[in-house]
Amino acid sequence: MSGAGDPVLVLEEVRKSFGATEVLRGVDLTVHEGQVVVLIGASGSGKSTLLRCVDLLEVVDDGRIRLDGEDVTDPRVDADAVRARMGVVFQAYNLFPHLSVLDNVTLAPVRVHGVAAGDAKERAMAMLERVGLPEKASARPDDLSGGQQQRVAIARALVNQPRLMLLDEVTSALDPELVGEVLDLLRELKDEGMTMVLNTHEMGFARQVADTVCFLHGGVVHEQGPPGQVLGDPRQERTRQFLSRVHA
Amino acid sequence: MTAAPSWQPSALEVERRRYRRSRAVRSAAVSGASTVLVVGVVLTLLVTSPGWPRVRETFLSWDKAVAAFPAVVEGLWLNIRVMLVCGVLIALLGLTLAVMRTVRGPVAFPLRLFATVYVDLFRGLPLLLVIFVLGFGAPALRLSGLPSSALFWGACALVLSYSAYVAEVFRAGIESVHPSQRAAARSLGLSYGQTMRHVVLPQAVRRVVPPLMNDLVSLQKDSGLIAVLGVIDAIRAAQIETATDFNFTPYVVAGALFVCLTIPMARLTDHVARKQGFHGAGGVL
Repeated sequence: MSGAGDPVLVLEEVRKSFGATEVLRGVDLTVHEGQVVVLIGASGSGKSTLLRCVDLLEVVDDGRIRLDGEDVTDPRVDADAVRARMGVVFQAYNLFPHLSVLDNVTLAPVRVHGVAAGDAKERAMAMLERVGLPEKASARPDDLSGGQQQRVAIARALVNQPRLMLLDEVTSALDPELVGEVLDLLRELKDEGMTMVLNTHEMGFARQVADTVCFLHGGVVHEQGPPGQVLGDPRQERTRQFLSRVHA
Repeated sequence: MTAAPSWQPSALEVERRRYRRSRAVRSAAVSGASTVLVVGVVLTLLVTSPGWPRVRETFLSWDKAVAAFPAVVEGLWLNIRVMLVCGVLIALLGLTLAVMRTVRGPVAFPLRLFATVYVDLFRGLPLLLVIFVLGFGAPALRLSGLPSSALFWGACALVLSYSAYVAEVFRAGIESVHPSQRAAARSLGLSYGQTMRHVVLPQAVRRVVPPLMNDLVSLQKDSGLIAVLGVIDAIRAAQIETATDFNFTPYVVAGALFVCLTIPMARLTDHVARKQGFHGAGGVL
Protein backbone atom coordinates (compact mmCIF):
# COMPACT_ATOMS: atom_id res chain seq x y z
CA MET A 1 0.00 0.00 0.00
CA SER A 2 2.71 2.42 1.02
CA GLY A 3 4.03 4.39 -1.92
CA ALA A 4 1.28 3.10 -4.20
CA GLY A 5 -0.13 6.47 -5.33
CA ASP A 6 1.35 9.83 -6.27
CA PRO A 7 2.67 11.94 -3.43
CA VAL A 8 -0.11 14.21 -2.19
CA LEU A 9 1.90 15.88 0.50
CA VAL A 10 5.65 16.34 0.71
CA LEU A 11 7.46 18.06 3.56
CA GLU A 12 11.07 19.06 2.96
CA GLU A 13 13.27 20.17 5.85
CA VAL A 14 10.41 21.96 7.60
CA ARG A 15 11.44 24.13 10.55
CA LYS A 16 9.27 25.95 13.05
CA SER A 17 10.22 27.76 16.26
CA PHE A 18 8.12 29.53 18.86
CA GLY A 19 10.33 32.13 20.44
CA ALA A 20 13.47 30.32 21.52
CA THR A 21 11.82 26.90 21.36
CA GLU A 22 12.63 25.00 18.20
CA VAL A 23 9.70 22.65 17.73
CA LEU A 24 10.44 21.36 14.24
CA ARG A 25 14.10 21.11 13.22
CA GLY A 26 13.89 19.88 9.68
CA VAL A 27 11.03 17.45 9.18
CA ASP A 28 10.94 15.37 5.99
CA LEU A 29 7.78 13.45 5.23
CA THR A 30 6.02 12.11 2.15
CA VAL A 31 2.37 11.11 2.06
CA HIS A 32 1.07 9.25 -0.98
CA GLU A 33 -2.44 9.16 -2.31
CA GLY A 34 -4.70 6.94 -0.24
CA GLN A 35 -2.09 6.59 2.44
CA VAL A 36 -2.72 6.99 6.16
CA VAL A 37 0.23 8.42 8.06
CA VAL A 38 0.08 8.38 11.84
CA LEU A 39 2.32 10.71 13.83
CA ILE A 40 3.30 9.57 17.30
CA GLY A 41 5.58 11.11 19.87
CA ALA A 42 5.66 12.63 23.34
CA SER A 43 3.67 15.77 24.19
CA GLY A 44 5.47 18.76 22.81
CA SER A 45 7.24 16.74 20.15
CA GLY A 46 5.60 18.88 17.46
CA LYS A 47 2.85 16.61 16.15
CA SER A 48 0.18 19.29 16.31
CA THR A 49 2.56 21.99 15.12
CA LEU A 50 3.35 19.85 12.09
CA LEU A 51 -0.34 19.56 11.20
CA ARG A 52 -0.88 23.29 11.78
CA CYS A 53 2.04 24.06 9.45
CA VAL A 54 0.58 21.83 6.75
CA ASP A 55 -2.78 23.60 7.05
CA LEU A 56 -0.91 26.94 6.83
CA LEU A 57 -2.24 27.98 10.21
CA GLU A 58 1.41 28.50 11.10
CA VAL A 59 4.02 30.02 8.79
CA VAL A 60 7.04 27.75 8.58
CA ASP A 61 10.43 29.28 9.42
CA ASP A 62 12.20 27.30 6.75
CA GLY A 63 11.75 24.38 4.44
CA ARG A 64 8.99 23.61 1.99
CA ILE A 65 5.58 21.94 1.94
CA ARG A 66 4.16 20.68 -1.33
CA LEU A 67 0.53 19.81 -1.84
CA ASP A 68 0.07 17.92 -5.11
CA GLY A 69 3.46 19.24 -6.18
CA GLU A 70 2.61 22.89 -5.53
CA ASP A 71 4.79 24.74 -3.01
CA VAL A 72 2.13 25.98 -0.58
CA THR A 73 4.68 27.67 1.70
CA ASP A 74 5.39 30.17 -1.06
CA PRO A 75 4.03 33.52 0.18
CA ARG A 76 2.63 34.18 -3.30
CA VAL A 77 0.17 31.29 -2.83
CA ASP A 78 -3.38 32.07 -1.69
CA ALA A 79 -3.45 30.33 1.69
CA ASP A 80 -7.27 30.27 1.85
CA ALA A 81 -7.46 28.43 -1.45
CA VAL A 82 -4.90 25.90 -0.20
CA ARG A 83 -6.81 25.35 3.03
CA ALA A 84 -10.00 24.83 1.09
CA ARG A 85 -8.36 21.76 -0.45
CA MET A 86 -7.68 20.19 2.93
CA GLY A 87 -9.99 19.01 5.66
CA VAL A 88 -9.03 19.52 9.28
CA VAL A 89 -10.56 17.95 12.38
CA PHE A 90 -9.53 19.39 15.73
CA GLN A 91 -9.18 17.84 19.15
CA ALA A 92 -11.89 20.07 20.65
CA TYR A 93 -14.25 19.66 17.62
CA ASN A 94 -14.42 23.48 17.14
CA LEU A 95 -17.99 23.35 15.85
CA PHE A 96 -19.67 26.75 15.60
CA PRO A 97 -22.06 26.83 18.57
CA HIS A 98 -24.37 29.45 17.05
CA LEU A 99 -25.14 27.32 13.99
CA SER A 100 -27.20 24.15 13.69
CA VAL A 101 -25.42 20.92 12.82
CA LEU A 102 -26.60 21.22 9.23
CA ASP A 103 -25.47 24.85 8.94
CA ASN A 104 -22.07 23.90 10.34
CA VAL A 105 -21.69 21.44 7.49
CA THR A 106 -23.08 23.69 4.72
CA LEU A 107 -21.14 26.83 5.70
CA ALA A 108 -17.99 26.17 3.67
CA PRO A 109 -19.70 24.62 0.60
CA VAL A 110 -21.96 27.66 0.30
CA ARG A 111 -19.55 30.43 1.29
CA VAL A 112 -16.22 29.09 0.01
CA HIS A 113 -17.00 26.64 -2.78
CA GLY A 114 -19.99 28.46 -4.22
CA VAL A 115 -22.35 25.49 -4.02
CA ALA A 116 -26.04 26.45 -4.32
CA ALA A 117 -27.82 26.33 -0.96
CA GLY A 118 -30.10 23.48 -2.01
CA ASP A 119 -27.26 21.32 -3.33
CA ALA A 120 -25.16 22.07 -0.28
CA LYS A 121 -27.98 20.98 1.99
CA GLU A 122 -28.38 17.76 0.01
CA ARG A 123 -24.67 17.04 0.19
CA ALA A 124 -24.54 17.92 3.87
CA MET A 125 -27.45 15.58 4.63
CA ALA A 126 -25.72 12.82 2.69
CA MET A 127 -22.59 13.46 4.72
CA LEU A 128 -24.50 13.45 8.01
CA GLU A 129 -26.02 10.17 6.87
CA ARG A 130 -22.50 8.99 6.20
CA VAL A 131 -21.41 9.74 9.78
CA GLY A 132 -24.67 8.34 11.13
CA LEU A 133 -26.28 11.52 12.42
CA PRO A 134 -29.00 12.57 9.94
CA GLU A 135 -31.55 12.99 12.74
CA LYS A 136 -29.37 15.61 14.43
CA ALA A 137 -29.34 18.00 11.46
CA SER A 138 -31.35 20.71 13.18
CA ALA A 139 -29.77 20.25 16.63
CA ARG A 140 -27.23 22.66 18.08
CA PRO A 141 -23.68 21.32 18.68
CA ASP A 142 -24.06 21.86 22.43
CA ASP A 143 -26.90 19.34 22.49
CA LEU A 144 -24.70 16.53 21.14
CA SER A 145 -22.32 14.20 22.90
CA GLY A 146 -18.60 14.60 22.31
CA GLY A 147 -18.47 11.66 19.94
CA GLN A 148 -21.41 13.00 17.95
CA GLN A 149 -19.84 16.45 17.80
CA GLN A 150 -16.61 14.98 16.52
CA ARG A 151 -18.51 13.03 13.85
CA VAL A 152 -20.20 16.27 12.76
CA ALA A 153 -16.76 17.91 12.62
CA ILE A 154 -15.58 15.09 10.38
CA ALA A 155 -18.66 15.52 8.17
CA ARG A 156 -17.97 19.26 8.01
CA ALA A 157 -14.45 18.56 6.76
CA LEU A 158 -15.49 15.76 4.38
CA VAL A 159 -18.30 17.65 2.65
CA ASN A 160 -15.73 19.76 0.80
CA GLN A 161 -14.24 16.63 -0.76
CA PRO A 162 -10.77 17.40 0.55
CA ARG A 163 -7.63 16.12 -1.11
CA LEU A 164 -6.18 15.41 2.30
CA MET A 165 -7.56 15.08 5.81
CA LEU A 166 -5.57 16.31 8.82
CA LEU A 167 -6.75 14.96 12.15
CA ASP A 168 -5.30 16.40 15.32
CA GLU A 169 -5.83 14.17 18.37
CA VAL A 170 -9.45 13.71 17.35
CA THR A 171 -10.26 11.25 20.12
CA SER A 172 -8.30 12.81 22.98
CA ALA A 173 -11.26 14.81 24.32
CA LEU A 174 -13.70 11.89 24.13
CA ASP A 175 -14.94 9.47 26.76
CA PRO A 176 -13.53 6.00 26.17
CA GLU A 177 -16.88 4.55 25.11
CA LEU A 178 -17.25 7.32 22.52
CA VAL A 179 -13.78 6.85 21.03
CA GLY A 180 -14.91 3.73 19.18
CA GLU A 181 -17.56 5.43 17.04
CA VAL A 182 -15.06 8.02 15.79
CA LEU A 183 -12.31 5.48 15.11
CA ASP A 184 -14.75 3.22 13.23
CA LEU A 185 -15.63 6.17 11.01
CA LEU A 186 -11.97 6.93 10.30
CA ARG A 187 -11.34 3.27 9.48
CA GLU A 188 -14.18 3.41 6.91
CA LEU A 189 -12.71 6.59 5.41
CA LYS A 190 -9.39 4.85 4.99
CA ASP A 191 -11.12 1.97 3.20
CA GLU A 192 -12.72 4.49 0.85
CA GLY A 193 -9.23 5.69 -0.08
CA MET A 194 -9.05 9.00 1.81
CA THR A 195 -5.53 10.31 2.31
CA MET A 196 -5.02 11.17 5.96
CA VAL A 197 -2.37 12.48 8.32
CA LEU A 198 -3.29 12.13 11.95
CA ASN A 199 -1.70 12.17 15.33
CA THR A 200 -3.02 10.05 18.15
CA HIS A 201 -2.30 8.48 21.49
CA GLU A 202 -4.29 5.38 20.52
CA MET A 203 -1.47 2.99 19.63
CA GLY A 204 -3.92 0.17 18.93
CA PHE A 205 -5.72 2.34 16.41
CA ALA A 206 -2.43 3.48 14.88
CA ARG A 207 -1.50 -0.15 14.40
CA GLN A 208 -4.81 -0.89 12.64
CA VAL A 209 -5.15 2.03 10.23
CA ALA A 210 -1.65 3.34 9.62
CA ASP A 211 0.24 2.59 6.45
CA THR A 212 3.16 4.47 7.90
CA VAL A 213 3.89 5.39 11.51
CA CYS A 214 6.21 8.33 12.14
CA PHE A 215 7.83 8.80 15.52
CA LEU A 216 8.62 12.48 16.12
CA HIS A 217 11.47 13.20 18.48
CA GLY A 218 13.85 16.13 18.86
CA GLY A 219 12.00 18.05 16.16
CA VAL A 220 12.59 15.49 13.41
CA VAL A 221 11.06 12.24 12.20
CA HIS A 222 13.17 9.96 14.33
CA GLU A 223 11.87 6.70 12.93
CA GLN A 224 9.24 5.80 10.37
CA GLY A 225 7.96 2.67 8.76
CA PRO A 226 5.04 0.25 8.67
CA PRO A 227 3.18 0.03 11.99
CA GLY A 228 4.21 -3.55 12.61
CA GLN A 229 7.83 -2.57 12.55
CA VAL A 230 7.79 0.86 14.30
CA LEU A 231 5.31 -0.17 16.99
CA GLY A 232 6.25 -3.83 17.22
CA ASP A 233 9.97 -3.91 16.68
CA PRO A 234 11.38 -0.36 16.76
CA ARG A 235 14.95 0.06 15.58
CA GLN A 236 15.65 3.22 17.54
CA GLU A 237 16.24 3.25 21.27
CA ARG A 238 14.17 6.45 21.72
CA THR A 239 11.18 4.90 20.00
CA ARG A 240 11.41 1.88 22.26
CA GLN A 241 11.54 4.09 25.34
CA PHE A 242 8.53 6.10 24.20
CA LEU A 243 6.47 3.01 23.44
CA SER A 244 7.31 1.35 26.72
CA ARG A 245 6.08 4.47 28.54
CA VAL A 246 2.86 4.58 26.51
CA HIS A 247 2.10 0.92 27.00
CA ALA A 248 3.05 0.89 30.67
CA MET B 1 10.86 36.14 12.45
CA THR B 2 12.89 34.26 14.96
CA ALA B 3 16.05 33.00 13.35
CA ALA B 4 17.45 30.64 15.94
CA PRO B 5 21.22 30.75 16.09
CA SER B 6 21.51 26.99 15.66
CA TRP B 7 20.77 27.04 11.92
CA GLN B 8 21.15 29.21 8.86
CA PRO B 9 18.04 29.93 6.78
CA SER B 10 18.10 28.19 3.43
CA ALA B 11 18.18 30.11 0.16
CA LEU B 12 14.47 29.31 -0.23
CA GLU B 13 13.60 30.85 3.12
CA VAL B 14 15.80 33.88 2.47
CA GLU B 15 13.98 34.45 -0.81
CA ARG B 16 10.58 34.06 0.91
CA ARG B 17 11.53 36.58 3.56
CA ARG B 18 12.70 39.02 0.92
CA TYR B 19 9.40 38.61 -0.91
CA ARG B 20 7.36 39.12 2.30
CA ARG B 21 9.38 42.21 3.13
CA SER B 22 8.87 43.68 -0.33
CA ARG B 23 5.13 42.99 -0.02
CA ALA B 24 5.04 44.72 3.35
CA VAL B 25 6.84 47.75 1.97
CA ARG B 26 4.47 47.87 -0.99
CA SER B 27 1.38 47.62 1.25
CA ALA B 28 2.68 50.41 3.46
CA ALA B 29 3.39 52.58 0.42
CA VAL B 30 -0.06 51.98 -1.07
CA SER B 31 -1.87 52.73 2.18
CA GLY B 32 0.27 55.79 2.82
CA ALA B 33 -0.29 57.18 -0.66
CA SER B 34 -4.04 56.55 -0.58
CA THR B 35 -4.34 58.25 2.82
CA VAL B 36 -2.47 61.33 1.60
CA LEU B 37 -4.62 61.39 -1.54
CA VAL B 38 -7.97 61.18 0.28
CA VAL B 39 -6.99 63.75 2.91
CA GLY B 40 -5.65 66.00 0.15
CA VAL B 41 -8.86 65.81 -1.88
CA VAL B 42 -11.05 66.53 1.13
CA LEU B 43 -8.90 69.48 2.23
CA THR B 44 -8.81 70.89 -1.30
CA LEU B 45 -12.60 70.64 -1.60
CA LEU B 46 -12.97 72.38 1.74
CA VAL B 47 -10.51 75.20 1.09
CA THR B 48 -11.71 75.92 -2.44
CA SER B 49 -15.41 76.04 -1.52
CA PRO B 50 -16.94 79.47 -2.10
CA GLY B 51 -17.85 80.08 1.54
CA TRP B 52 -14.55 78.90 2.99
CA PRO B 53 -13.10 82.35 3.99
CA ARG B 54 -16.27 83.14 5.92
CA VAL B 55 -16.38 79.72 7.59
CA ARG B 56 -12.73 79.95 8.54
CA GLU B 57 -13.27 83.33 10.12
CA THR B 58 -16.35 82.14 12.08
CA PHE B 59 -15.13 78.72 13.25
CA LEU B 60 -11.34 78.82 13.12
CA SER B 61 -10.34 82.27 14.28
CA TRP B 62 -7.01 82.00 16.05
CA ASP B 63 -7.42 85.22 18.07
CA LYS B 64 -10.87 84.18 19.23
CA ALA B 65 -9.57 80.73 20.18
CA VAL B 66 -6.82 82.23 22.30
CA ALA B 67 -9.26 84.61 23.95
CA ALA B 68 -11.83 81.90 24.73
CA PHE B 69 -9.31 79.26 25.82
CA PRO B 70 -9.04 80.07 29.56
CA ALA B 71 -12.82 80.13 30.07
CA VAL B 72 -13.34 76.89 28.13
CA VAL B 73 -10.55 75.13 30.01
CA GLU B 74 -12.05 76.22 33.32
CA GLY B 75 -15.37 74.75 32.18
CA LEU B 76 -13.62 71.59 31.07
CA TRP B 77 -12.09 71.18 34.53
CA LEU B 78 -15.66 70.93 35.84
CA ASN B 79 -16.45 68.24 33.24
CA ILE B 80 -13.40 66.30 34.32
CA ARG B 81 -14.22 66.49 38.02
CA VAL B 82 -17.84 65.47 37.45
CA MET B 83 -16.69 62.61 35.22
CA LEU B 84 -14.18 61.29 37.74
CA VAL B 85 -16.47 61.42 40.77
CA CYS B 86 -19.54 60.16 38.91
CA GLY B 87 -17.48 57.50 37.11
CA VAL B 88 -16.49 55.87 40.40
CA LEU B 89 -20.01 56.05 41.84
CA ILE B 90 -21.54 54.73 38.62
CA ALA B 91 -19.16 51.79 38.56
CA LEU B 92 -20.05 50.88 42.15
CA LEU B 93 -23.80 51.30 41.75
CA GLY B 94 -23.82 49.61 38.34
CA LEU B 95 -21.87 46.63 39.62
CA THR B 96 -24.15 46.32 42.65
CA LEU B 97 -27.24 46.38 40.44
CA ALA B 98 -25.74 43.81 38.09
CA VAL B 99 -24.90 41.46 40.95
CA MET B 100 -28.39 41.94 42.39
CA ARG B 101 -29.93 41.08 39.04
CA THR B 102 -27.95 37.90 38.68
CA VAL B 103 -28.45 36.49 42.19
CA ARG B 104 -30.32 33.21 41.96
CA GLY B 105 -32.95 31.60 44.14
CA PRO B 106 -36.44 32.66 45.25
CA VAL B 107 -35.12 34.44 48.38
CA ALA B 108 -33.42 37.02 46.21
CA PHE B 109 -36.56 37.79 44.22
CA PRO B 110 -37.04 41.28 45.72
CA LEU B 111 -33.44 42.14 44.86
CA ARG B 112 -33.86 40.99 41.29
CA LEU B 113 -37.17 42.82 41.01
CA PHE B 114 -35.69 46.05 42.35
CA ALA B 115 -32.68 45.90 40.04
CA THR B 116 -34.83 45.06 37.02
CA VAL B 117 -37.34 47.85 37.66
CA TYR B 118 -34.53 50.29 38.33
CA VAL B 119 -32.77 49.47 35.08
CA ASP B 120 -35.99 49.55 33.08
CA LEU B 121 -36.93 52.91 34.55
CA PHE B 122 -33.65 54.76 34.29
CA ARG B 123 -32.72 53.39 30.90
CA GLY B 124 -36.08 54.50 29.62
CA LEU B 125 -36.00 58.03 31.08
CA PRO B 126 -34.16 60.65 29.02
CA LEU B 127 -31.12 61.86 30.95
CA LEU B 128 -32.11 65.50 30.50
CA LEU B 129 -35.46 64.81 32.14
CA VAL B 130 -33.80 63.19 35.16
CA ILE B 131 -31.50 66.19 35.46
CA PHE B 132 -34.44 68.61 35.37
CA VAL B 133 -36.50 66.66 37.87
CA LEU B 134 -33.68 66.21 40.36
CA GLY B 135 -32.01 69.54 39.77
CA PHE B 136 -35.13 71.66 40.18
CA GLY B 137 -37.36 69.26 42.13
CA ALA B 138 -35.10 67.95 44.89
CA PRO B 139 -33.92 71.32 46.22
CA ALA B 140 -37.54 72.50 46.16
CA LEU B 141 -38.38 69.86 48.76
CA ARG B 142 -36.33 71.93 51.22
CA LEU B 143 -35.25 68.87 53.13
CA SER B 144 -32.78 69.90 55.78
CA GLY B 145 -29.34 68.37 55.54
CA LEU B 146 -29.45 67.86 51.80
CA PRO B 147 -27.36 70.18 49.68
CA SER B 148 -29.24 72.36 47.26
CA SER B 149 -26.41 72.94 44.81
CA ALA B 150 -27.21 72.38 41.16
CA LEU B 151 -23.90 70.61 40.72
CA PHE B 152 -24.74 68.02 43.40
CA TRP B 153 -28.16 67.15 42.03
CA GLY B 154 -26.97 67.20 38.45
CA ALA B 155 -24.27 64.72 39.35
CA CYS B 156 -26.86 62.59 41.16
CA ALA B 157 -28.95 62.46 38.00
CA LEU B 158 -25.92 61.37 35.98
CA VAL B 159 -25.11 58.62 38.46
CA LEU B 160 -28.68 57.31 38.58
CA SER B 161 -29.08 57.28 34.82
CA TYR B 162 -25.67 55.92 33.85
CA SER B 163 -25.75 53.20 36.49
CA ALA B 164 -28.64 51.60 34.66
CA TYR B 165 -26.62 51.32 31.44
CA VAL B 166 -23.45 50.23 33.19
CA ALA B 167 -25.35 47.61 35.20
CA GLU B 168 -26.43 45.97 31.96
CA VAL B 169 -22.87 45.99 30.65
CA PHE B 170 -21.67 44.31 33.85
CA ARG B 171 -24.53 41.82 33.71
CA ALA B 172 -23.60 40.83 30.16
CA GLY B 173 -20.05 40.27 31.39
CA ILE B 174 -21.18 38.19 34.36
CA GLU B 175 -23.38 36.01 32.20
CA SER B 176 -20.61 35.52 29.65
CA VAL B 177 -18.49 33.65 32.21
CA HIS B 178 -19.00 29.99 31.50
CA PRO B 179 -21.06 28.07 34.09
CA SER B 180 -18.21 25.58 34.42
CA GLN B 181 -16.20 28.34 36.12
CA ARG B 182 -18.87 28.67 38.84
CA ALA B 183 -19.03 24.90 39.15
CA ALA B 184 -15.27 24.70 39.59
CA ALA B 185 -15.29 27.46 42.22
CA ARG B 186 -18.22 25.99 44.15
CA SER B 187 -16.59 22.57 44.01
CA LEU B 188 -13.63 24.04 45.87
CA GLY B 189 -15.98 25.07 48.65
CA LEU B 190 -16.19 28.78 47.78
CA SER B 191 -19.50 30.37 48.74
CA TYR B 192 -21.72 32.13 46.22
CA GLY B 193 -20.27 35.48 47.26
CA GLN B 194 -16.69 34.24 47.15
CA THR B 195 -17.30 32.71 43.74
CA MET B 196 -18.59 36.04 42.48
CA ARG B 197 -15.81 38.02 44.09
CA HIS B 198 -12.81 35.85 43.21
CA VAL B 199 -13.79 33.97 40.07
CA VAL B 200 -16.74 35.43 38.15
CA LEU B 201 -16.34 39.18 38.53
CA PRO B 202 -12.61 39.37 37.70
CA GLN B 203 -13.29 37.59 34.41
CA ALA B 204 -16.52 39.50 33.75
CA VAL B 205 -15.03 42.94 34.38
CA ARG B 206 -12.03 42.23 32.19
CA ARG B 207 -14.29 41.31 29.31
CA VAL B 208 -16.43 44.42 29.55
CA VAL B 209 -13.63 46.98 29.89
CA PRO B 210 -13.97 48.17 26.27
CA PRO B 211 -17.74 48.86 26.47
CA LEU B 212 -17.29 50.43 29.92
CA MET B 213 -14.69 52.73 28.43
CA ASN B 214 -17.29 53.68 25.85
CA ASP B 215 -19.67 54.67 28.62
CA LEU B 216 -16.96 56.65 30.41
CA VAL B 217 -16.20 58.70 27.31
CA SER B 218 -19.91 59.20 26.80
CA LEU B 219 -20.23 60.33 30.42
CA GLN B 220 -17.40 62.78 29.95
CA LYS B 221 -19.46 64.57 27.32
CA ASP B 222 -22.87 64.11 28.94
CA SER B 223 -21.47 65.64 32.11
CA GLY B 224 -21.99 68.90 30.24
CA LEU B 225 -25.77 68.39 30.31
CA ILE B 226 -25.88 69.60 33.90
CA ALA B 227 -25.19 73.02 32.42
CA VAL B 228 -28.98 73.27 32.02
CA LEU B 229 -29.08 73.73 35.80
CA GLY B 230 -26.88 76.80 35.51
CA VAL B 231 -23.47 75.25 36.11
CA ILE B 232 -20.77 76.35 33.68
CA ASP B 233 -19.03 73.49 31.89
CA ALA B 234 -16.84 73.65 28.80
CA ILE B 235 -19.69 73.82 26.28
CA ARG B 236 -21.61 76.37 28.33
CA ALA B 237 -18.45 78.45 28.67
CA ALA B 238 -17.97 78.25 24.90
CA GLN B 239 -21.58 79.31 24.41
CA ILE B 240 -21.08 82.35 26.63
CA GLU B 241 -17.95 83.31 24.71
CA THR B 242 -19.78 82.86 21.43
CA ALA B 243 -22.70 85.01 22.51
CA THR B 244 -20.57 88.16 22.53
CA ASP B 245 -19.82 88.24 18.79
CA PHE B 246 -21.36 85.17 17.11
CA ASN B 247 -17.98 83.67 16.41
CA PHE B 248 -18.24 79.91 16.91
CA THR B 249 -14.54 79.23 17.41
CA PRO B 250 -14.95 78.56 21.17
CA TYR B 251 -17.08 75.51 20.32
CA VAL B 252 -14.29 74.17 18.13
CA VAL B 253 -11.86 74.75 20.99
CA ALA B 254 -14.12 72.84 23.38
CA GLY B 255 -14.53 70.00 20.85
CA ALA B 256 -10.77 69.74 20.32
CA LEU B 257 -10.20 69.62 24.09
CA PHE B 258 -12.75 66.83 24.52
CA VAL B 259 -11.07 64.79 21.80
CA CYS B 260 -7.69 65.40 23.42
CA LEU B 261 -9.10 64.00 26.68
CA THR B 262 -10.63 60.92 25.03
CA ILE B 263 -7.68 59.71 22.99
CA PRO B 264 -5.24 59.12 25.88
CA MET B 265 -8.05 57.35 27.76
CA ALA B 266 -8.68 55.01 24.85
CA ARG B 267 -4.96 54.21 24.48
CA LEU B 268 -4.74 53.59 28.21
CA THR B 269 -7.58 51.05 28.09
CA ASP B 270 -6.02 49.30 25.12
CA HIS B 271 -2.78 49.10 27.05
CA VAL B 272 -4.41 47.77 30.22
CA ALA B 273 -6.44 45.24 28.26
CA ARG B 274 -3.37 43.98 26.42
CA LYS B 275 -1.42 43.65 29.63
CA GLN B 276 -4.19 41.48 31.03
CA GLY B 277 -3.95 39.17 28.06
CA PHE B 278 -7.09 40.30 26.32
CA HIS B 279 -6.51 40.63 22.60
CA GLY B 280 -9.84 41.89 21.40
CA ALA B 281 -10.68 42.42 17.81
CA GLY B 282 -7.37 44.02 16.95
CA GLY B 283 -5.26 41.21 18.32
CA VAL B 284 -3.46 38.53 16.42
CA LEU B 285 -5.74 35.68 15.37
